[in-house]
Amino acid sequence: MTMTAEADIRNFTINFGPQHPAAHGVLRLVLELDGEVVTRVDPHIGLLHRGTEKLIEHKTYLQAVPYFDRLDYVAPMNQEHAFALATERLLGITVPKRGQLIRVLYSEIGRLLSHLLNVTTQAMDVGALTPPLWGFEEREKLMVFYERASGSRMHAAYVRPGGVHQDLPQALIDDIWTFCEHHNKVLDDIEGLLTDNRIFKQRNVDIGVVKLEDCFAWGFSGVMVRGSGAAWDLRKAQPYECYDELDFDIPIGKNGDCYDRYLIRMEEMRQSVRIMKQCIEKLNSAEGKTLISSMDGKVVPPKRPEMKRSMEALIHHFKLYTEGYKVPAGEVYAAVEAPKGEFGVYLVSDGTNKPYRCKIRAPGFAHLQAMDFMCRGHMLADVSAVLGSLDIVFGEVDR
Amino acid sequence: MNEIIFTVGLIVIQSVALLVALLIVTAFLLYADRKVWAAVQMRRGPNVVGPWGLLQSFADLLKFVFKEVIIPDGANKGVFIIAPLVTALLSLAAWAVIPLDEGWAIADLNVGILYLLAISSLGVYGVIMGGWASNSKYPFLSALRAAAQMVSYEVSIGFVIITVLLCVGSLNLTAIVKSQETGLATLIGLPWLAFLNWYWLPLLPMFIIFFVSALAETNRPPFDLGEAESELVAGFMVEYSSTPYLLFMLGEYIAIILMCAMTTILFLGGWLPPIDIWPLNLVPGVIWFLAKLCFVFFMFAMVKAIVPRYRYDQLMRLGWKVFLPISLFWVALTAGVLVTFGWLP
Repeated sequence: MTMTAEADIRNFTINFGPQHPAAHGVLRLVLELDGEVVTRVDPHIGLLHRGTEKLIEHKTYLQAVPYFDRLDYVAPMNQEHAFALATERLLGITVPKRGQLIRVLYSEIGRLLSHLLNVTTQAMDVGALTPPLWGFEEREKLMVFYERASGSRMHAAYVRPGGVHQDLPQALIDDIWTFCEHHNKVLDDIEGLLTDNRIFKQRNVDIGVVKLEDCFAWGFSGVMVRGSGAAWDLRKAQPYECYDELDFDIPIGKNGDCYDRYLIRMEEMRQSVRIMKQCIEKLNSAEGKTLISSMDGKVVPPKRPEMKRSMEALIHHFKLYTEGYKVPAGEVYAAVEAPKGEFGVYLVSDGTNKPYRCKIRAPGFAHLQAMDFMCRGHMLADVSAVLGSLDIVFGEVDR
Repeated sequence: MNEIIFTVGLIVIQSVALLVALLIVTAFLLYADRKVWAAVQMRRGPNVVGPWGLLQSFADLLKFVFKEVIIPDGANKGVFIIAPLVTALLSLAAWAVIPLDEGWAIADLNVGILYLLAISSLGVYGVIMGGWASNSKYPFLSALRAAAQMVSYEVSIGFVIITVLLCVGSLNLTAIVKSQETGLATLIGLPWLAFLNWYWLPLLPMFIIFFVSALAETNRPPFDLGEAESELVAGFMVEYSSTPYLLFMLGEYIAIILMCAMTTILFLGGWLPPIDIWPLNLVPGVIWFLAKLCFVFFMFAMVKAIVPRYRYDQLMRLGWKVFLPISLFWVALTAGVLVTFGWLP
C-alpha cells in the first residue's frame, strides 16, 4: 500500500429526515454538503406510499371518495372536489347552485387551512416558533366548520359525485360569516410578526429563486408558478363550479423566491375570505336556495324521509350502497386549483361500477422533484426554507 | 491555622448558599421562560405540577435524573461525559465574582471582569467536546458552528466591556456598580432620578450591542444555530439524554442568567435603586438586583418567542461586519471624549 500525500477529500453527507423536525412529514433528503453549502439534494420518497390509485380501482366511485381526503390531508375537500368533478363529467350530470356554492365555500376553507399551515410552518422552518401556534388557533375553528358540515374534522367525505353530502345548517353559515369578519385581523397579526421582520426577510428573499421558464419546465403549478410571475390559476383560467361568477384577484410575485411565495399565500388567504363572503351572501339569497345535489336518483342517494315512503327510493339506496352506480365508458381529466397547485384526477371508466384507472396528479410531487435544482449552492439552513415554501404534504406526494 | 480553616469554611458556606439560591432561581426562571413563551403563543404553558405549574422544573429535574444515561456506541465515552460537566461547571463558577449587593460577592476580585471573560470563553469547550465526542454528523456540524459563533461574539462583547471599563477605571465588578451612583442625573441636578446615572443611557448603542451579543454568546434565538431544530435537529445535544442533557441545559440557562446579571451590573446599576427616594431606597439591594435581572431575562424570553433564526453566514456577517466595527468605533469615541474633557477616572 502506498501512502498518498493528500487524503481523499469527501463531501459531508447527511440525512435530512425522515425523522427530522423540518422534514414536513416523512421526506428523506440525502444532502451532500461542502461545509455549509449544499452541493446535491437527493429526495427519497415513498415512505407514506399506500397504493391509493390501485385501491381506488377496486372500490366503487362513492367508496373512492375518502381516499382523496387522505392525499393532501391539510385541505381534504379540495381533493374530493377534483374526483367529484371528474366523475360528474363522465356521468354528464350537473350540480345545483347551492351545491356548487357549498363546494366553493369549503374549497376556500381548505385553502385557508392549507395556507395557514404552510405559511406558519415556513416561518417555523426559518426558526420563528410562534406563528404556527397562532395559525393553529384559526385552523381549529376551520376544522370545526368541517366537522359541523360533515361530522369529521379532517377526512370529511363530504364532496361527493353529484353534489355534497348534506345541506349546511343556517347557524353554521352564520358562524362562517362571523369567522370571515375576524380572520383578516389574525392574518394582520401573523404578518406583523413576519412580513417586515428583517431576519425573516433575510432568510427568504432571494432564496430558492425559480424563473418562469423553469417553473414550466419542472411542471410547477399553483403558488409556485404565481410566485414567478404567471397569473395562472385554474379558478380563473378554466373556471369550474361558480368561480366565474365570483369576484377575486390573483396575486402574483416578481422574483420567484421564498418570500414572494409567502406573500402570495398571505394575499390568497385574504382573497379566499373574500370569496367565502360572496358565497355566503349567495347562499343566503334566493339563488342559493336550491337543492344541494343532483336529482339523478341513480347517482345521488335519496333522502331518508323519502326512503320511508317510496319503494323506488329504498331500492336506489340499496343499489347505491352495495353495487354503486355504473359510469359510462370513457376517460376524463378534471383538475381543481388546490391550495398547493393543480390537483388533477385522470379517470378512465370501462362502463362498470369501478374506475378502470384513476391517475392522481399531485402538485407536491412535481414541486418536490425540483428540490435539487432549487437548493443547489444554497446553504444548509436554506434547504428547510425552500422546503417550507414548496408546501409539501406527503399524503399526496407518496399517494 | 485556625484562621485559614475559618476563611475556607466561610467561603465554602457562602458558595453552597449561592449555588443553592442560584439553582432555585434558575428553576423558577426556566419556568418563567416557558410561561412567557406560552403566553406569546396563546398557550397555557406548564400548569400541572404544583400550583400554576410552579414545580414543573423540579419535576423535570427528577425525570432527567431517573432516566438511563445512553452513550452511543461510537462515542468517545470520557469526553462525552466530561462535555456537559464542563458546560455546567464553568457557568456555575462564573458566579463567584458576581456582586448581588454591596459586598455580596464571594470573591471580590479586582480583575473580576477578566475572570468572567476567561470563564465564558472556556464555555465553548463544552459544546465542542460534546459535538465531537458524539461521533455523529449533526452534533459535529453544530459544534463547528457554535465554536465559530461564540468566538465571533466574544470579540464584540470584549469591546463593549472595555468601553464600560474606560468609564469606570476599574476591573472590579463592585467598583463598576458603584461608579454608577453618580452620572447624568447628578450632572443635571436631579440626583433622585438614579436610573439616568446608569451606563445604559450614555452608552446606549453599546448596551444594545451587548444585549444582542449576549443572546449570541448564550446560543439563544435568533442565534441558536448550534441547536437549530429546523436544520440540525438539536445540534450538539442530539445524542445526549438524561443527566448529561440536564447538565447541558442547566449550564446553558445559568449562562443566560449570568449574562442577565452582567447586563445588570454593567449597564443597569447593579443593586442600586432606580429612583433614589424613600421608601424605594430602603429596599435591600439584592432585591433590586434580582428585579433587574428578571427584567433582562424577560427580554431574553420575549426575543426567543418573536424572532426567526439567522442563517450561519448572516450571523457571522452581523458579528464581524456590523458589531465589531461599531463597538470598535465606540471604544475610540468613548476614550476620545473621556480624554478630551478630562473625565478619565
